[in-house]
Amino acid sequence: MSDLQRPGADWELQFVIAGCLERRLPVEIVGSGSKRGIGRPVDGAITVTTASLRGISLYEPNELVMSARAGTPLSQIEAELAARGQMLPFEPIDLAPATGGPQGAQTIGAVFATNMSGARRIHAGAARDHLLGIKGVNGRAELFQAGGRVMKNVTGYDVARGLSGSWGTLAVMTEVTFKVIPWPETAATVIYLGLPDNLAIEVLSTAMALPVEVSGAVHLQASVAARLNHPGLRSMNKSVTALRLENFATAVAGRKQRLKEALKVYGKALELDHRETLDFWGELRRLSVMPNRETLLWRISTKPTTAPKLVAAIKRYMDVDAFYDWGGSLIWLEVPAAADAGTAEIRRVTAIHGGHATLIRAEPAVRAAVEVFQPLSPALERLTRGLKGAFDPAGILNPGRMYANL
Amino acid sequence: MTLSRMPEPDRSVLDRSGTIIKELEALLGADGVISEDDGRRAFEADALTSYRQAPLAAVLPRSTEEVSKVLKYCRQNNLKVVPRGAGTSLCGGALPAADSIVLGTSRMNRVLETDFVNRTITVECGITNLAITDAVSAEGFFYAPDPSSQLACTIGGNLAMNSGGAHCLKYGVTTNNVLGVKIVLMDGEVVEIGGPYLDAEGYDFLALVIGSEGQFGIVTEAILKIVPTMPAARPVMLGFDSCEAAGQCVAAIIGSGIIPVAIEYMDKPAIEVAEAYAKAGYPLNVEALLIVEVEGFEEEIERLMRAIVDIARGYNPKVIEASTSAEHSARIWKGRKAAFGAMGRISDYYCMDGTIPLAKLPEVLARITQICAQHRLKVANVFHAGDGNLHPLILYNANDADESRRAELAGSEILKLCVAVGGCLTGEHGVGIEKRDLMEVQYSPSDLAVQMRIKSIFDPNWLLNPGKVFPLSALEAAERPAAEQAA
Repeated sequence: MSDLQRPGADWELQFVIAGCLERRLPVEIVGSGSKRGIGRPVDGAITVTTASLRGISLYEPNELVMSARAGTPLSQIEAELAARGQMLPFEPIDLAPATGGPQGAQTIGAVFATNMSGARRIHAGAARDHLLGIKGVNGRAELFQAGGRVMKNVTGYDVARGLSGSWGTLAVMTEVTFKVIPWPETAATVIYLGLPDNLAIEVLSTAMALPVEVSGAVHLQASVAARLNHPGLRSMNKSVTALRLENFATAVAGRKQRLKEALKVYGKALELDHRETLDFWGELRRLSVMPNRETLLWRISTKPTTAPKLVAAIKRYMDVDAFYDWGGSLIWLEVPAAADAGTAEIRRVTAIHGGHATLIRAEPAVRAAVEVFQPLSPALERLTRGLKGAFDPAGILNPGRMYANL
Repeated sequence: MTLSRMPEPDRSVLDRSGTIIKELEALLGADGVISEDDGRRAFEADALTSYRQAPLAAVLPRSTEEVSKVLKYCRQNNLKVVPRGAGTSLCGGALPAADSIVLGTSRMNRVLETDFVNRTITVECGITNLAITDAVSAEGFFYAPDPSSQLACTIGGNLAMNSGGAHCLKYGVTTNNVLGVKIVLMDGEVVEIGGPYLDAEGYDFLALVIGSEGQFGIVTEAILKIVPTMPAARPVMLGFDSCEAAGQCVAAIIGSGIIPVAIEYMDKPAIEVAEAYAKAGYPLNVEALLIVEVEGFEEEIERLMRAIVDIARGYNPKVIEASTSAEHSARIWKGRKAAFGAMGRISDYYCMDGTIPLAKLPEVLARITQICAQHRLKVANVFHAGDGNLHPLILYNANDADESRRAELAGSEILKLCVAVGGCLTGEHGVGIEKRDLMEVQYSPSDLAVQMRIKSIFDPNWLLNPGKVFPLSALEAAERPAAEQAA
């Protein structure tokens, strides 16, 4: 275990980073540490946690905006929002149950630093779409801010959003400001059972093209649906294709009828009521249908129409269990453990079909040996090195977390 | 006006202009290069017409390959390049430098692919914003960001400025609606970022490129999200005795859990001018007018309208007029949409674009009136209230040098005020040359250094869209240590 630093103020963090910069010491950056099992392992001489940078610094429900120190637990943010009938639009997922980290522990800074969005991303946008501003310290030990607290802001380059998804390799965020939305009055789910992947994606695409604002569109293969908590759905031994509607009650009722009418050729629909809807999508948010075990977990982003072909192509090489989110454009794929994590086949198939793949769950030795994140084109790699150099020229922040030698 | 200074033109470039034009013609053909005086003058300004400067030449490439050839040539010859879509920028974003080549994208305006199943469209950068929606509307889709200039402005310009529009309260701005771009860097390299899937791999370069004001590269193609069009949309008009009441009503609507498609605000001077021109039936006895639009199925619209009217009643509205038909809706919107044009018929105006936290609205509006009065100028306010994006229109006579100077001074005081209350200099128009020298009001030297280093990754010699976004003093300060290090 490396030396652990818990700065409690921006200037303290700046001081710690300055010290590391001077001595060229690699620093592992963590929030609660719940995502340590994801990405390439970092061999840091020092670990810096944002856990002591805590608290909500601004909340204006009437302006749909909140600012919080980066180390504030997501659970605290969501509780504060819920007390005012609001929520994070992008429904951040908790990868801990799938990767063996502590559940419910993640910090708001890490949510944006990894840009991990849940099912509502398909309708409301990703974490990065709701990030308005940040404060942080880069690898030059400079304290800086980008963006602000207002909804519309094109003053200078969009550096705040540019840092989302950078996994702490460019800067350590100390405060994030983001957009929130009201909780819908009610929610309902329409479910089709037993559809093969290609027909299921057709259902999701048809639904997404209707003006009913579907806010979740998923397909669980039968083997994955068997892991659901919902006793009815779990015991069917059938695939589950689910669509969520969120709105005020009469709108949900009307839209549900329209949706079912448009999809009637795909069979009889089951429905989940408000309570069951919250439970069902809550399970998906925790990715509990992909529980932590010996198998590997991949996350693949592609076009919806391509997704079933991509999964079928990988299946020619290995056993797969697939959970399609985002209308089919995101595939959570469970595959058997292997020394190279199935990288060769999965990367080749993804390249043929278009998209990108990230290895989410594997032993540390495997994650250290293979490319965990999608390998970059030569041009993008050059820009990536440039950006890393601009923020962290000495390469001290989370070295190797995303790419070896970077 | 007391114009922001452009960097001194490079004499050696101007002296070589004959050769440069010949060499560009060799790359693009004679009809791809505009070098005669009249032709160059067509590119001398954008919609911020107080700044004018003809470029050395303009080029009109037809393809990504031709853009690549031009940029590579310019990089090798150390020539500045100013990208230009339709020239509708309100901040001088497309203003040429005397020693620059304007790269116009007007010949690259095709739709390359529509994919209704996956809900994307791939277009060339010179296509107009509205033509994108036109290409998908028959199938029940639209492209969401809708700047007021959408009939003319190009998607390339929208990407450069991260443009918004009236409907972005619900649907987001440009950056929220783009999946991928093909961008040509200054050395001619063609880079694809993202693709027809969500959340591009690696660092979020899309976020950095969108809103980079044409300073990172030339985007030649873009993959955009298209969204199903809701069956109907209707506005309700609410008139109030005070801007405080209107502002509180906006906050109450949003706080209640309703997110309308648009909430537009007009103050009394704006209402009067718009009504005189458009005959929209606006009340002339109110201080502030809100136009709140909701969308959905008919029964949903009725329910939302009722809820909004109920909320509004808590703020003593003098006028409540809910649209009852498509014609009625068109009439209500007619005045708002014509407001800028109507204002332009009675006076020159300087359109500001700051954003503020909504709670500061009454305070800021009162201060804006004061500031303009101190400079002996009139002001009308038309803006997107839902997201706090103000558009004060400062009225002045462009032929009166003193009045022009006062208008610019008042404008800069208003923008400083926006920053002081927690907002920003520009919500959707961009920095360009207009607000360049105010950047230090909003950002510290290290904030600006962080941004300028990103620019250097894409364009190490700072040849693309020079003299914009950053104060020249900050640039000089940034260059000094680099020069000292080199020495």
